[in-house]
Amino acid sequence: MSHIEAQEAAEGVGADIPTRRAKRSVRRQMLAEFWSYFSENRGALVGLVVFGLVVLIAFAAPLIAPHSPIAQNRDALLVPPFWQDGGSTAYLLGTDAVGRDILSRLIYGSQYSLFIGVLVVVIAVTVGIAVGLIAGYVGGWLDTAIMRVMDVILAFPSLLLALVLVAVLGPGLVNAMIAIALVLQPHFVRLTRASVMAEKQRDYVTAARVVGASPLRLMLVTILPNCLGPLIVQATLSFSNAILDAAALGFLGMGAQPPTPEWGTMLAEAREFILRAWWVVTFPGLAILITVLAINLVGDGLRDALDPKLKRS
Amino acid sequence: MQRFLLSRIAVLIPTFIGVSIVAFSFIRLLPGDPVQLMSGERVMAPERHAAIMHQLGYDRPIVIQYLDYLWGLLHGDFGTSIVTKRGVVGEFFTLFPATVELSLCAIVIAVALGIPAGVIAAAKRGSWFDQGVMGAALVGYSMPIFWWGLLLIILFSSVLKLTPVSGRIGYEFFFTNGTGFMLIDALASGQKGAFASAVSHLILPSVVLATIPLAVIARQTRSAMLEVLGEDYVRTARAKGLSTYRVIGLHALRNALIPVVTTIGLQVGVLLAGAILTESIFSWPGIGKWMVDSVFRRDYPVVQGGLLLIAMMIMIVNLVVDLLYGVINPRVRAR
Repeated sequence: MSHIEAQEAAEGVGADIPTRRAKRSVRRQMLAEFWSYFSENRGALVGLVVFGLVVLIAFAAPLIAPHSPIAQNRDALLVPPFWQDGGSTAYLLGTDAVGRDILSRLIYGSQYSLFIGVLVVVIAVTVGIAVGLIAGYVGGWLDTAIMRVMDVILAFPSLLLALVLVAVLGPGLVNAMIAIALVLQPHFVRLTRASVMAEKQRDYVTAARVVGASPLRLMLVTILPNCLGPLIVQATLSFSNAILDAAALGFLGMGAQPPTPEWGTMLAEAREFILRAWWVVTFPGLAILITVLAINLVGDGLRDALDPKLKRS
Repeated sequence: MQRFLLSRIAVLIPTFIGVSIVAFSFIRLLPGDPVQLMSGERVMAPERHAAIMHQLGYDRPIVIQYLDYLWGLLHGDFGTSIVTKRGVVGEFFTLFPATVELSLCAIVIAVALGIPAGVIAAAKRGSWFDQGVMGAALVGYSMPIFWWGLLLIILFSSVLKLTPVSGRIGYEFFFTNGTGFMLIDALASGQKGAFASAVSHLILPSVVLATIPLAVIARQTRSAMLEVLGEDYVRTARAKGLSTYRVIGLHALRNALIPVVTTIGLQVGVLLAGAILTESIFSWPGIGKWMVDSVFRRDYPVVQGGLLLIAMMIMIVNLVVDLLYGVINPRVRAR
């Protein structure tokens, strides 16, 4: 026992300093508390289950899809779903205008939507947090410059800016994702900056600085973890927005290109058959709606569980 | 108030410059140079190419080109369409009334349904009505509106045959010189059935465009209302024995609406983005469809000019909302 510890023990302070083991249990306790708030929200639980199913379907696509998503069957054009006259159980949800199985295309389409969501959010979050941390921590003219640039991005309707960016970069899924990530990241910059500026004044940050923590450590290890709540909620919302925007770009012909079984692109291809074959239009959109709804339900649950101000309201 | 106004406008200047830089760089980021873009597929002799580059000033330093562009903007020159050879500003304001008409109808629907729904949901918190409204709002908020539009077309135009599939008015009606607002023109023309035709064309696109703002406004109204209902002055009003109707309608609603007004203002950008999709589905001849068509026609001066004009529109609306916020919320004005 060092003399400091001895002194602390004598004053009875030492007992309050948590050891490493205690810290881990504190974290577990926080997780448990978070879960108890989150699971109170029935909608959020349903959303989580549905989202889990979509993830499962995406991963198991090659195993569960009855047909290839791009194989065309000339003998089965615009076959209706199995419960309608002329439908067949070989094509549960029917086929499209070139005889591709809609169910299989939807199953493979989930891979694209989740991939889009994950990648867009990862790009937007990483860039947004990095820029926001710098703006909030450094302040001054750099902060002003960064925030003006974000104002400029936010001055455009996001879908329009993404559309024009894709026109510049060339239509395609990757370019669409880059464009969407770019228009979504100002929200992360603003959120991070605002919470960093609030946290920067707190005593614990000053204490860490006095102890000699480097600016990088202060930003990433000391401040950032305390700003995570709103960022997680925003990330969930961005996830569903990314899926919606990518589908919209696909629908306008500027996202994933045919024959990719992306849901928005499927809708674009289905448009001319809207009056003849309701199923080619209905199911891809339903898939988008269900996925986005599930994610938004989870997002609502996360917000209630993570934001103490909104708790119990 | 004057200082408040000036400070708000001062913030807009750097944003405008930034937005104009984005629009300016857009054409220069495209592969190939502007002259190649204009000539399209045609092959051009290098000397002629250089001559046109020089004639149009594309061989000058980029900063000079930008300042020149900015100078043109300040004089109302937003470029000329390659396809129609008309000025971008002229085209924009020819099509703008169609988008305004559609957006206004959408926002009216969204406010007229969203605010009462949010207020009642908050007043009857936890009831089946509350849960139903909030569930519906979440579905609306998650809706891919391009699909929603197609569904409504299938249902109302194809199955029930109640509404037309696209356009703004029946082909049998024609107005020579009008305001561009179909509802007003149809009424003013006095032609029989014109107004009904205009309404039936307008209704589906407006409902589609209203979906997301309606969901957002209902959710925002409910949470603003819940916050206000917990305040002391509301409890006082209740304790005084005022009827629930009076407490909610007179005391709580006024304060709850302050953040809702901001939300409504912020929906303008959402509406314009939604107009891109809605107008494409319903062949509505407004600026959203114009932008999409121009992207596909590679009419880049129109894309550039339209992008800038739309951004300016949004900036102006946001400014108005900010000022309005100052008017209805004395706490902001005092600062």
